[in-house]
Amino acid sequence: MDFTFTEDQLLFADNVKDFLRAEVTPQSLRRSWEVETGRNPGLWQQLVDLGLSAMLVPEAQGGLGMNELDFVLLAQECGRVALAEPLVETALVATPLLSSLAPKDDRCGTLLAQLTAGKARIAVGHAANGLVCDAHIADWLLLPSGDQIHLLARDQVALIAQDSIDPCRRLFFVEWQGSDETCVASGAEGVALLAASLNRGALGAAAQMIGLAEAMITMSVQYATGRIQFGRAIGANQALKHQMANCAVKTEFAKAPLYRAAYTLSRRPSHADFAVSHAKVVAGEAALLAAKHGMQVHGAMGYTWEYDLHIFMKRAWALDKFWGHAGFHKNRLHQWLMNPNAKIGADKTFGVQA
Amino acid sequence: MDLNYTPEQIAFRGEVRAWLADNVPARPLQSFDTAEGFEQHREWEKTLAKGSWGMVTWPEEYGGRGCNLIEWLIFEEEYYRARAPLRVNQNGIFLLGPTLMEFGTDAQKARFITGMASGDEMWAQGWSEPGAGSDMAAIRSKAIRDGNAYVINGQKVWSTRAVFADWVFCIFRTDPESQRHHGLSFILVPLDAPGITVRPIAQLNGLPGFAEIFFDNVRVPLENRLGDEGQGWHIAMATAGFERGLMLRSPARFQETAKRLVELYRAHQNDILDLSIEDAVVQSFMDAEAYALFTYQTASRLINGGKIGAEASLNKIFWSELDQRMHETAMSILASRAELLPNASAAGDIGNWLDGFLFAQSGPIYAGTNEIQRNIIAERLLGMPRR
Repeated sequence: MDFTFTEDQLLFADNVKDFLRAEVTPQSLRRSWEVETGRNPGLWQQLVDLGLSAMLVPEAQGGLGMNELDFVLLAQECGRVALAEPLVETALVATPLLSSLAPKDDRCGTLLAQLTAGKARIAVGHAANGLVCDAHIADWLLLPSGDQIHLLARDQVALIAQDSIDPCRRLFFVEWQGSDETCVASGAEGVALLAASLNRGALGAAAQMIGLAEAMITMSVQYATGRIQFGRAIGANQALKHQMANCAVKTEFAKAPLYRAAYTLSRRPSHADFAVSHAKVVAGEAALLAAKHGMQVHGAMGYTWEYDLHIFMKRAWALDKFWGHAGFHKNRLHQWLMNPNAKIGADKTFGVQA
Repeated sequence: MDLNYTPEQIAFRGEVRAWLADNVPARPLQSFDTAEGFEQHREWEKTLAKGSWGMVTWPEEYGGRGCNLIEWLIFEEEYYRARAPLRVNQNGIFLLGPTLMEFGTDAQKARFITGMASGDEMWAQGWSEPGAGSDMAAIRSKAIRDGNAYVINGQKVWSTRAVFADWVFCIFRTDPESQRHHGLSFILVPLDAPGITVRPIAQLNGLPGFAEIFFDNVRVPLENRLGDEGQGWHIAMATAGFERGLMLRSPARFQETAKRLVELYRAHQNDILDLSIEDAVVQSFMDAEAYALFTYQTASRLINGGKIGAEASLNKIFWSELDQRMHETAMSILASRAELLPNASAAGDIGNWLDGFLFAQSGPIYAGTNEIQRNIIAERLLGMPRR
């Protein structure tokens, strides 16, 4: 029993953090809003070159052979800078899905190799989301239909852009027609793969929300320290201190469930629903609280387009509802807990959430 | 990261479970805030000590088993699972014990840890004064050197378990000219010393769970001082860290309460009209789970050489407010029976929820109010301006 990350995991996360801090700033994000695609191919290539997009791809398939636990701290850093590029969904959802499909389907194997090399990009749809993120820059799309997963080239689908309040997010309604030819998985296999994708997507969203919450707390503390009213920093007032302390409590207590979820997904993915839903719910609560109190601490400044807080706030609002909103995940928790056979109690925290 | 227990840890759990199954009293003991109940609990402490289960983290020479914090958590899980009696000596074993380990001389450790490990000496805490509650640096009670003794005069209040305890650990002003947190010392005082008057204070349940202690020229030897003269504040902050942080409230306590809450909910599911109750039950369960995960994380970090600091305040807020919410939810489920004492004939299966509800009200107050904890988090963890 050891609930800590390894030195290597922490060091890797630190390096990625430094890289992202240098490359992704509120200024760079604002510049991306002026670009039609909203995306920066140069930055994406750098992320690919660092091996991040294929981190979870087994070494035999050309990736780094790492797992969800190795990636979760990175996803947190992506949230901290409000990265707009779809690194988390590519690494955590798209590539594991492709690498599961690759042994049976040559197209998926070829695509995985291209993706790992940075020569192709892919977007993943899921019933939990309805809309598909970053479909416009994808060469291929993996799309669900009932218990089936279909692989379609972008020119086989029609994209209808759906504007989000978060100017970084690019969402699309996808019109498409599948065929036997495009179907890459179905039946029990399709259901299992879609369920796994949902859990990985939810883990990625939860991790980003923790990073977002921490970023908003840091910004708000800084603002409250510098803003003078009645002759002193507004942050000296207990009313604001306590709001920020509540954000810190929520955020810190969401981390252990997040890491437990990442661990469970990496070791026993078929038993991870409970842990993932717990993480997604509490990370969402932490991020939404940091957004709400963060805005209050900033006063009118927080309500402006010009001040950077809204970049983080809007992402938190969006991710809380993506890959299963709180209602979806709470419902899974309710169903699990209210089952009279649920194994609960102080001695059952680890490894029994079957 | 490895979230599996080792074979040794699994075997340890089995050993704890078996011993508890053989030794936990079949009938619940009376409240330790009665004279009779206190002695029953003292006997239980002695039983624990005989099996070397009194404080498993202590070295064997002090009656422990030299366990690490993960094993301690396993012990606690089994302890609450077995519904074993509450620890009447929690001030001693969970607060003073770790403080003695860090700041005590070998002679003090041998003298005092052995006494509390054996169940022979029960401890109370004497920090608050009428004018020094949240503002503990306003302490006025004095311990003035006279030869090889301190002469103590003053008053302590809200001293938990002081009515029946044998000893009290206190903070006194040893430098009469000093201000605030300077000039304070940490001193151990036998409650039967001449010049001490203990006046019980009845708590919400009518029982004398805490007391005022009056000191009138009480003499204690200099060797009863823990750490250096004037180091009292520093030591007290370490004790408070144990109190708010890991030791005092192990997660098992809340996980077992959450489990009982789920069972209570299931038993009454069909009578419940308030739809928010099921959500509160699930929320409670998840929060207890999160507290356990957080604690395992902290324990792992400490085993790997980390320290616990101001983040103990996060902990204290989380468990105390969780405990309150769980008991509020239970009271909502029990509805019109919630106010009944267990001896009322209409009480039925209400168990000890009311008792727990009353105690849960004190959680956000003792060990430093949650408002103070929020200030600590804002100022020391987040770096917000003090003034």
